[in-house]
Formats: sequence, structure tokens, C-alpha cells
Amino acid sequence: MNFGLLINEGPYNHQAADTAYQFARAALAKGHRIQRVFFYNDGVNNATRLTEPPQDDRHIVNRWSKLAVENSVDLVVCVAAGLRRGLVEDNLAPGFRISGLGQLVESGIRADRFVVFGD
Amino acid sequence: MTQTSDRIGEDEDAPGVVKKFMFVNRKAPYGTIYALEGLEVVLISAAFDQDVSLAFLDDGVYQLVKGQQTKGLEVKNFSPTYRALEGYDVEKLYVEREALEARGIREDQLLVPVQVVSAAEMAELMEQQDLIVGF
Repeated sequence: MNFGLLINEGPYNHQAADTAYQFARAALAKGHRIQRVFFYNDGVNNATRLTEPPQDDRHIVNRWSKLAVENSVDLVVCVAAGLRRGLVEDNLAPGFRISGLGQLVESGIRADRFVVFGD
Repeated sequence: MTQTSDRIGEDEDAPGVVKKFMFVNRKAPYGTIYALEGLEVVLISAAFDQDVSLAFLDDGVYQLVKGQQTKGLEVKNFSPTYRALEGYDVEKLYVEREALEARGIREDQLLVPVQVVSAAEMAELMEQQDLIVGF
């Protein structure tokens, strides 16, 4: 099955980013495809390369980057939501790209299942 | 809006696909950004010629109340955008009756025409959708 994911909450502040990542990993392990992960609202903060968590904690941003590289997952950050929160190309972590909300809607159209992570 | 890189319109690789999108609004219009950024997604989805409907539940019903005054909050009053939805062919707005009644809001206090439905009817509408996107 082909999944589209939407993440609406920031890393560390909220469980949504962790749950979405674990969902993506589990789906891929079962042979499903992740068509796209779209980051919106405070979810855009999952994509900043400036993130430096304590060493004994998980690195949520690097985890996404690794997932993108190893599984060719398309990680898309909303340009407008990103600009509001200071997320631009210069501080974008590897594996992410910035694009418009059209990519969210297109993911909903193309994916067999569209799963939203947030409150 | 600043979404200059948006690919608006039908996607060339998926022509003619029309899905039933329901956007579920559960939060008050101010206090958090969910209502405003959710509405931005609704407007974009309309450009993709999808079958779009909006549901208003819980504090989300406050988004549609007439006479919003945000000057004191120093945030933009975006409620006129709901009136513009009709121009985007987004005309299916469902409001949960129980949510209105719990908050003492009457239908004539809402700023756009809506269909007031019971929670059970709302569940049936959700059952018919291809996608439910909550903000």
C-alpha cells in the first residue's frame, strides 16, 4: 500500500513526530511504500539542521534524513509554514525539500491512505 | 500568500482523480494557528478540483461565529475568508448541532450558510470520505 503522511506538530514538544516516524518505519518494513511525508504547522521544525538534542536523546531530525536517504522517502516542508517559523533552505536538513501546500493535496490524491499525525 | 512554488491545478500524472476530502476543524479560531493554517489547505485543495467538505466540531464552531473582533489580540481577523469559500466552489460546510448547543450558539449567528447535522449524521458523512484531514 502507498501511504501519504502529514505531520502537524514539532519534534520533542509533541509525540506526533515520533509516532509518524515509527509508523513510517513499520510500514516500510512490511513492504509498503511511503509516497510522501509532508510537514506543516509546527511540524516544519522537524526539518531544521540546527537541531542539537542532548546526546542521550534520539535525534529526530537526523532520523528523518536517514529514512529519506535509505528508502527514497520524499520529505516535503511547507514553504509558507516554514517561512513563518524561520525554516528556509539555508537551515534545511539533508533529505528534506521545501515546496507548496499543493504537494500536501497531491499526496492525498495519490496515496492509498493518508494519515495525519497531530492533535 | 507566499507559496510561489506551488503547483496549482491538476497534477499531470494523476489526471481526473477526484477524491472526497473532508477537513475537520476542532479548534477555536484564535489562540492557536490550526484554524488559519487549516483554512489555507482548504483553499489550495479547491484549486485541485477535489470534492471538498468542511466539518466543524468542538470549539471549531467558533470559527464561523459572526462579529469576530481581533484588534485587541493584534492578530488578523481571517473570518471573512470563510465567506470567500463559495467562490472556490467549497460549499459543503457541516456544523455539529451538539457542539453549537453546548456553546449556546444559534445557526443565525454564523457568518456563512451551513448544514447543521447531528453527531451521528456527521459520523455518516465521515464514513463516505476518502480522506479526513483534521486541524
